[in-house]
Amino acid sequence: MRPRDDQQAGSQPDVYEHEREENAHPSKWRNPEPVDRYQLVVIGAGPAGLAAATAAVALGAKVALVERASLGGHCRNVGCVPSKSLIRTARLYEDMRMAARYGARRPADIHVDFAAAMERMRRLRARISRVDSARRLSAAGVDVFFGEAHFSGTDSLTVDGTRLRFAKALIATGARPDTPSIPGLAEAGYLTNENIFDLTDLPRRLLVIGGGPLGCELAQAFCRFGAQTTIAQHRPLFLPREERDAAQLLSDAFARDGIDVRLNTEAVKVRAENGQKIVDFVSDDYHSTVIVDAILTGTGRIPNMEGLHLEAAGVDHDADTGVRTDDFLRTSNPRVYAAGDVCLEHKYTHMAVASAHIAVRNALLRGRQRLSALVVPWCTYTDPEIAHVGLYVRQARELDIPVRTFTVPMHDVVRAITDSEETGFVKIHVRAKTDRILGATIVARHAGEMISEITVAMVAGMGLRKLARVIHASPTQADAIEEAANAYERTLATPAMRPLAGAGSGSEA
Amino acid sequence: MGSHTSNHPLMTATIELADDALLDVLQRSAFGYFREATNPVNGLVADRSRPNSPASIAVVGFALSVYPVAVERGWMSRADALECSLAALRFFRDSDQSGSAQATGYNGFYYHFLALDTGRRVWRSELSMIDTALLMAGALTASMYFSANTASEIELREIVDMLYRRIDWRWAQNGGATIIQGWKPECGFLQYGWEGYNEAIVLYVLALGSPTHPIDNTGYHAWTATYQWENLYGHEFLYAGPLFIHQFSHAWIDFRGIRDRFMREKCCDYFENSRRATEVQREYAWRNPNEFVGYDENSWGLTACDGPGDHVPQGDPRRFVGYAARGVPYGPDDGTLAGWAALASLPFAPDAALSAVRSMYRRYPEMRLAQRYASSFNPSLVSAGHEWVSKGQFGLDQGIVVMMIENYRTGFIWRLMRECPYIGRGLRQAGFRGGWLQRPRR
Repeated sequence: MRPRDDQQAGSQPDVYEHEREENAHPSKWRNPEPVDRYQLVVIGAGPAGLAAATAAVALGAKVALVERASLGGHCRNVGCVPSKSLIRTARLYEDMRMAARYGARRPADIHVDFAAAMERMRRLRARISRVDSARRLSAAGVDVFFGEAHFSGTDSLTVDGTRLRFAKALIATGARPDTPSIPGLAEAGYLTNENIFDLTDLPRRLLVIGGGPLGCELAQAFCRFGAQTTIAQHRPLFLPREERDAAQLLSDAFARDGIDVRLNTEAVKVRAENGQKIVDFVSDDYHSTVIVDAILTGTGRIPNMEGLHLEAAGVDHDADTGVRTDDFLRTSNPRVYAAGDVCLEHKYTHMAVASAHIAVRNALLRGRQRLSALVVPWCTYTDPEIAHVGLYVRQARELDIPVRTFTVPMHDVVRAITDSEETGFVKIHVRAKTDRILGATIVARHAGEMISEITVAMVAGMGLRKLARVIHASPTQADAIEEAANAYERTLATPAMRPLAGAGSGSEA
Repeated sequence: MGSHTSNHPLMTATIELADDALLDVLQRSAFGYFREATNPVNGLVADRSRPNSPASIAVVGFALSVYPVAVERGWMSRADALECSLAALRFFRDSDQSGSAQATGYNGFYYHFLALDTGRRVWRSELSMIDTALLMAGALTASMYFSANTASEIELREIVDMLYRRIDWRWAQNGGATIIQGWKPECGFLQYGWEGYNEAIVLYVLALGSPTHPIDNTGYHAWTATYQWENLYGHEFLYAGPLFIHQFSHAWIDFRGIRDRFMREKCCDYFENSRRATEVQREYAWRNPNEFVGYDENSWGLTACDGPGDHVPQGDPRRFVGYAARGVPYGPDDGTLAGWAALASLPFAPDAALSAVRSMYRRYPEMRLAQRYASSFNPSLVSAGHEWVSKGQFGLDQGIVVMMIENYRTGFIWRLMRECPYIGRGLRQAGFRGGWLQRPRR
């Protein structure tokens, strides 16, 4: 089922959109004459496809990049870039409302200018689109083809009638929003990430169905813009993969923001009446109804494989999980690799890019890099942000790995206190009786920035003991990580060392 | 604002008593709840002291546990205690187990809240697995205490055995590994998650110890696989935020020196863990990150309790919650403390608990009404010169106070339950070893 444009969603061409479109899909673009055989043909020009094409060109390969719509894919056009832009503006409005918390005077009249927020988003989105514009890619040596591609054999594909032969191909067609099959939803109209950034007016009442990262981020942002927001999640907590405390803190933050939080709640029926959308919920045996002006669905993503004729290339795939690959990202056709959302469980931009780099090296350099060897962080950009890397405790325990967690609440971190940003924690999980970091979860206003330090440590094989010796500029909120490492160090103090520690502090006094 | 010393002569006198005399007053006044809130016809006990409160099956479990304490302390006769216990047990024996919307139970479990007079389900409440376990823990306490070979005491033991054997614990797994929290006739099993350490050890022990419908120990291991062992504020412990989680199972089971696999790995036991959890509460209250009134290392007790909820002065921008499981360090924390929760940590951390009892009592005497703890109070929310105090009392709070004081003073409930074969079998099935479990039973 394809999303239907909501009545309120409508394209409003402006100078920024024109620039973005000219970068992402120039109106007068003419596809190049294909060479006899490409060393790599990349299908899809989202983050994975762009990363693969530029990496392959840097290796000296002859590369074709095929895109049916706009360069940049989901992330640049209808994903991370626009959403983070709006989240920033929404956070500013929240800070204005909470000015007293920072010892400042709350502005007398906080009037949300939604149009200005959207214009800023479009301006920034257009600017960012310059980086990977069609012309720049072409100048860098990538043959950029716009059009619908499908495999015509195990070593060739066709783009709008033009045959491209390849030594290797990479499928990087991404994924699109999956929409729940709720009776009446399609008829009533709904928004997804693909059209919500086209809104010109803020819906007065918004229902978000789905408590994953996208739903959570946009529910909070739109609430902070002033939309009366309800979020319905059929599970007991938001972000089901994240640990309980993180999800609980997020629920509490939503409630503080004024979001109507409906957990364990399923939307079962939608109908449109007098321009309003009436949605029926069921939560166990409790039935309720909300009336809203717009519905946003954020219930997962499904891989884009339609029309690719994967059978013609002998590429195995599954409608739900996407293109099947081995740990080297090779498909059932040894010439064809896949990367990004079309084949990965974790559908993140940075994961798409990382997988593309692996696939290119494995395809062109006969590399043996494994996807499973990656240490992958991720972050949900709510306020507070929720970031994670490595194993969760429950995963480690399922693998029979004894785990010990070092926890530092943000209210114990000086800079978090001075910033009035005390909600959250740093939890670093280590293998018991060692200092080896298994994973970490950070809930903090800037958790996405902080998680990288743990990721670096994990990739470098740095344990908590060594991390305790890393000097952190102070005061910073990242001090929480150093403090967790210090807590580990303190557990190593032997009884023989304790009198020394006591004597030391005594002499200072 | 808010903090002041009691000028009520009776209260001042009470709080200045020596420890044992103070505990005697606190314990006896808490027991008084059960004398006042029980329907003598069916033995059901009101959930709370407010008018028209229904009965809570868990509170009945606490009642069945505190009657033996009251007999031993001379607050009621053995015959009276036996009669009260039999009234409740006969009611459950004869109750409607059809699982219909107006029944009392299903598959041996019972609805959480029952009408105090008819014993039928009210409030569309859920068939509650944990509350049935607390009820059964109380019933087993009664069966261990009333051990005489008299017709009435034999009848009591036979009823308890029948009630226990009737519970289909495996059904409550709904085909999965862990036990589901609840079930309703209108929608079947509830989908609430129950992840991480919580008060359910007693539930799992009873489910594992059943001679008729036992779960296997994979259920217990699946549950404990969600545990989180954390180093927080310098204390290493099995994390759970609300204090009652670290107390409820301990009311019946003596966890000193016995360890399951998880605790063996950590060189700890659940009793020591509760001591550390108490220290974490004190550390949190001392830090008081939300800058609430009245918090310090001698004023704490974040747990499941009543709260101001919507009852805040108009125009007050602060957010308060109603009945909720408050916890540390991640909240929710709205400035609401439960005095009884600090007292219920007495066996684990006697000095800290008694310091808190005295300190909170001196500063906020209103948190105790007629010498009995209110569910909670909130010194940050002051109206007309008075801190917000939850109205009336809750049976769970009074029950845990009576039991934990008794366990601290004499270990009476623990000793009774050590001899309960179902508890011993359940603990062993869960992998507990060592301590009193290793010693030959008398």
